[in-house]
Amino acid sequence: MLDNIQILIEAPLFTVDMIVNGLLIGAVFALIAYGLALVWGVMNVKNLAQGDFVILGAYVAWTLFNWGIHPFFGIPVAFGVLWILGWCIYKLVIYRVIEHDLFTSLLATFGVAIVLQQSMNLIFGSDEQTVSLGMESISLFDNAVTIQPTRLVAFFCAIALAIAVIMFMKRSRMGQAIRATSQNARAARVMGIDTEKVYAFTYSLNAAICGAAGALVAVIWEFQPFIGLIFSIRSFVIVTAAGLGNLPGVIAAGLGMGVLEQTGAFIIGTQFQQAIVVGMLVIVLLIKLLIASRKRQVIDI
Amino acid sequence: MFHYRKVIAAATLTTALVATPFTAYAADAGTILLGSAISLTGKYATAGHHAKTGYDFAIAKINAAGGVKIGDKSYKFEVKYYDDESTPARGGQLAERLINQDGVQYMLGPYSSGLTKAIAPVTEKYQIPMVEAEGASRSLFNKGYKYLFAVLSTSEQYLASAVALAARVAKENGKAPGDVKVALAFENDPFSLDVRAGVMDDIKKHGLTVVIDDKLPRNLTDMTPTMTKIKAKKPDLLVVSGHSKGAGTATRQIAEMKLSIPMVAMTHCESADLVGKYGATADGYLCATQWAETLTYKDPMFGTAAEFNAEIKKTVPAYATKSVPYQLAQASAAVYVFKDAFERAGSLDKEKLRDALAATDLATFYGQVKFSEAGNNIAKPMVLRQIQDGKYNVVAPVDYASHELQWPRK
Repeated sequence: MLDNIQILIEAPLFTVDMIVNGLLIGAVFALIAYGLALVWGVMNVKNLAQGDFVILGAYVAWTLFNWGIHPFFGIPVAFGVLWILGWCIYKLVIYRVIEHDLFTSLLATFGVAIVLQQSMNLIFGSDEQTVSLGMESISLFDNAVTIQPTRLVAFFCAIALAIAVIMFMKRSRMGQAIRATSQNARAARVMGIDTEKVYAFTYSLNAAICGAAGALVAVIWEFQPFIGLIFSIRSFVIVTAAGLGNLPGVIAAGLGMGVLEQTGAFIIGTQFQQAIVVGMLVIVLLIKLLIASRKRQVIDI
Repeated sequence: MFHYRKVIAAATLTTALVATPFTAYAADAGTILLGSAISLTGKYATAGHHAKTGYDFAIAKINAAGGVKIGDKSYKFEVKYYDDESTPARGGQLAERLINQDGVQYMLGPYSSGLTKAIAPVTEKYQIPMVEAEGASRSLFNKGYKYLFAVLSTSEQYLASAVALAARVAKENGKAPGDVKVALAFENDPFSLDVRAGVMDDIKKHGLTVVIDDKLPRNLTDMTPTMTKIKAKKPDLLVVSGHSKGAGTATRQIAEMKLSIPMVAMTHCESADLVGKYGATADGYLCATQWAETLTYKDPMFGTAAEFNAEIKKTVPAYATKSVPYQLAQASAAVYVFKDAFERAGSLDKEKLRDALAATDLATFYGQVKFSEAGNNIAKPMVLRQIQDGKYNVVAPVDYASHELQWPRK
């Protein structure tokens, strides 16, 4: 461990390398987490199938790639396919559990996750797949900093998509309805908002965002049907850290998560990469607890 | 997609068999029922299908050639399969079911060390001989099992020869082995840690220097931190083992980070389809393999390794365009070992069969099979193949090499 810190002190450019790489992949994490924050905030459904939507999106892009279509066209296609799937899952499953307590929706989405994993396994097989574009990496400072163009493109796509979704939420009628429902579903209903429609729309939108993020995942990493879980965990950590309805927070936490994973894995070892993510969750919850308890004391006085 | 392929494979296999001239010269006395829990769904589904194809192919071939001759009677092999869903707990249950409900007296192994570890205690309890072809972890062979026999080389042998090769190359280039810097990246699972133990033994033996020793998580997606360390330390040899996702991720990111490492050795190159997915960027990699179709092994049933390979490609369309994986070949070898042991035992009695299995010394297209006291095959070496212009060529050990090592890799 000290040995690894030594490297960073001697060659600070490697730190830059990891921070840049971390930010680039962090944007994808932020995108996935934003979808979760939406569903969680509006519908109070904690969607455990989040990562599996992502991997399904990756398979959509991969299938198109095998048909000779450039994977970046896979982004809108995956968005559309997952939108339809999200709507179907809402009508079949989520619609029935949304009024029930937390555990029912957790179990239901857990079930959806398993069905998705096994279906992907049956359809696409359990082999690792990837979309390799063979683009030449950009080397800076004598290859001390290497930037992969696929990550760069994914970064900008993720940012563009996030901005589009934010604009939609702010400007459009549906976006306003979604925000109203998330603030107070009952009042929204009284005001004539069809909350049923809003829920269906929100869940579909989340699935579609995950699908588009999945198309980005396909060009950055290798994936297989069972790898979705780590994307679910990451998005849960990000949303918990940032808080619901705090969009800048979600983006910052997502980017931070990318950087932390890269540098943390470098310093204490790659096998702890996911432990770092979960460790972060514990720390965030502890800090939140401390802040909350301090607030309580203030009110007591 | 999968089912479609399976149906075609089964159909062609059957047609091929019907067409094969039938020469049974002993009385047809019935069938010998083998049992196997194998991964047909779940994360090992692909490899499980390779193994099942290997079993089915060998059984069809042996039955067509007259079956198993015990005394003056001739028996046909038949297998009862269950899908273990790639989960060890399920594998154990299914082994119980095969033995207690289906009356299976002889078992073929499942896929992977983990599943074999779950099933071996069950077969041991009921004293059922099991010949397995897909569990290489050495932890299977230190439990004192009496009824477990494995035709493949154990996992600590997988990449040990790469270390010896690096030491040899260093000497040829006038460098001391101590100057050879080695980077290790191994997944944190029983198989890969076994491979690592073998590599570490050889590193000590040859006196190389380890500069990076990274462990990879099971749900590996990203090796960038390890690659950044490689950038900093510039090792002469990189050894990677993390199943096909490790091989694929490493290959991809070595190219993406533009690292030049003179020698790279890994496991699972074939199952990760490095050549198909990454083309020229995988050139020069050393890959550990249990078996290669270019080796000179042969037997009277399947012919040479090359003939076995050609016949699989002809009868199973799924392999027509891709290389036949060693997982398939060793499954066929396991069935052949059973046939040989039955014939030598001259009886269907499972104790006599066990003793006959323990005394096996059989030349097969897959290599020599001879079991140690613990049940692992000690007669067949692992070989290293190098990817040269998109082809896998055997470069080590020297006795089996068909091509010269290309060093340093481009």
